[in-house]
Amino acid sequence: MEAHPANIPPVSAAPRAGLRLPGVGTGLGRGMVVLYLSLMVLLPLAAVVDSSLSNGLDSFWNAVTDSRSMAALKLTVICSLIVVAINAFFGTIIAWVLVRDEFPGKGAVNALIDLPFALPTIVAGLTLLTLYGSESPIGLNVAFTRIAVVMALCFITLPFVVRSVQPLLMEMDREMEEASTSLGAGGFVTFRRVIFPNLLPGIVAGVMLAFARALGEYGSLILISGNIPFDTEVSSVFIRSQIESGNVPGASAVSVILLTLSVLMLIGVSLFASSGRHRGDKGRFRSILFRIFSRSQVAGGDGA
Amino acid sequence: MTPSTSAKWGLRGLAFGYLGLLLLAPVAMIFYKTFENGFGPPIEAMTSPEALHSIQLTLLMVAIAVPLNTIFGVTCALLLVRSRWWANRWIDAIINLPFAISPIVVGLALFLLYGNDGWFGPTLSEWGFQVLFSWPGMVLASIFVSLPFVVREVVPVLHEIGTEQEQAASTLGANGWQTFWRVTLPAIRWGVAYGVVLTTARVLGEFGAVTIVSGRITGETETLPLFVGRAFEQFNEEAAYAGAIVLALLALTTLLLMSIGGRRAKASGAPVPSVAEVPVPISNTKEGS
Repeated sequence: MEAHPANIPPVSAAPRAGLRLPGVGTGLGRGMVVLYLSLMVLLPLAAVVDSSLSNGLDSFWNAVTDSRSMAALKLTVICSLIVVAINAFFGTIIAWVLVRDEFPGKGAVNALIDLPFALPTIVAGLTLLTLYGSESPIGLNVAFTRIAVVMALCFITLPFVVRSVQPLLMEMDREMEEASTSLGAGGFVTFRRVIFPNLLPGIVAGVMLAFARALGEYGSLILISGNIPFDTEVSSVFIRSQIESGNVPGASAVSVILLTLSVLMLIGVSLFASSGRHRGDKGRFRSILFRIFSRSQVAGGDGA
Repeated sequence: MTPSTSAKWGLRGLAFGYLGLLLLAPVAMIFYKTFENGFGPPIEAMTSPEALHSIQLTLLMVAIAVPLNTIFGVTCALLLVRSRWWANRWIDAIINLPFAISPIVVGLALFLLYGNDGWFGPTLSEWGFQVLFSWPGMVLASIFVSLPFVVREVVPVLHEIGTEQEQAASTLGANGWQTFWRVTLPAIRWGVAYGVVLTTARVLGEFGAVTIVSGRITGETETLPLFVGRAFEQFNEEAAYAGAIVLALLALTTLLLMSIGGRRAKASGAPVPSVAEVPVPISNTKEGS
């Protein structure tokens, strides 16, 4: 999460003398921004960190390594990993179909991809329950199982890989693929040797964003997962139950772990996008990624 | 590459199958379940006093959080793009934090500040302010979770429009406010509009953070998403589905507004943030100025 998108054209980054938008760059504008951010974001977070350490480092560590909180953390991380693997596979295929294939209603399907980002998470969970819950009309009841956790997380993270692979696929040179085919490579070889390496940065970035989002998911899981300790209880649900049973320092300790994981993931995405592992303009790729991440938060999201 | 016909249909099948089973079928199912006995029951469920109160409270959250975050967002975006300050890179990084935090952790954070044993709670309640388990706390939660949207949508647009027109205005003698209202704001209006739509959608649907700070007092501190959750937990499925449909329709409206806005902005030639409709080819470094 280092700072400025690299794509700032130097002209706009350095205002000339004489260009002075109101309040910006003056003490008042800066003061207002810093005060608002501090009051709304930094102070609350400081309270969480402070509370997690209120009984010393030992009890922080004990709270995190407690068997129930460990079970929740493990479940959260493992499910998130499974989910991003599923995303990587299907997301790439969906992106491919949306960019390279032609079929009626393509625009509608493309718009529909963002639905999980727009749908409130509690609705997402309820929606899945109507089809895959105890009253399932197709007789498929996964409610209160780990499968349900994976399914809900797949639902809310669906757009990430699609949206970060799409732009790479659009700018990809078809000539390379044609050259590969004309040299006798079959479809699969062309995919593995030519297409896949070009899409990999998008897949990796999408996966990282989806992982950060899945780590902290709450709303879509609360109804469908059953919240069974040691079985289907993810970390965010665990935190809530600790708050309600009065173990606030314990809740804070696990919160700090979640927070650290997802901030690391965001820093990773940011560094990756600026690292030049992909063709094209780095700043642009980075700002597209962050915009995807921003859009992903509409639903009631949570980086983690 | 032109994949063979069978490969093409195979890929289509996988893509549509996955989307259908995960996304389309469940969404269709919840619409079916809501309206399987006609429009009467869902409308009745949504006009109960509790439901109406939850809708009112949700709108109150929007009415306070969205304007505040919009003013902050535009100011902050201008600060980040149009001025040089050593703290800018820190602000830019901190802006992303609300997106990196589980809503439950947001709720916990506010609980720690404004609870009875919190940093500010005791003092504020001495002065007669009840923040936690009341609407002010819920507003704070809504502001926290939706804070970055306007900034994130406006910053790229500010980069794209460049400073030439602002400089021209300023050369011609416009003062800061005139330049802002007549040149900058019209140029970034689509970015701001996107940000406002996203902020509103997020505030409408917020569940996790509000769960903690509201105390979930039925008929008092219950927003529409909380109403849906409680109705379902109390086996009042009719009300839960009806509330979910209202929220789902709002979400669909959000998508529609974004795609209409995108199309109109493109027609008018204004720079527009465009992930939702058509992904931007990365090689186009800069369009429009």
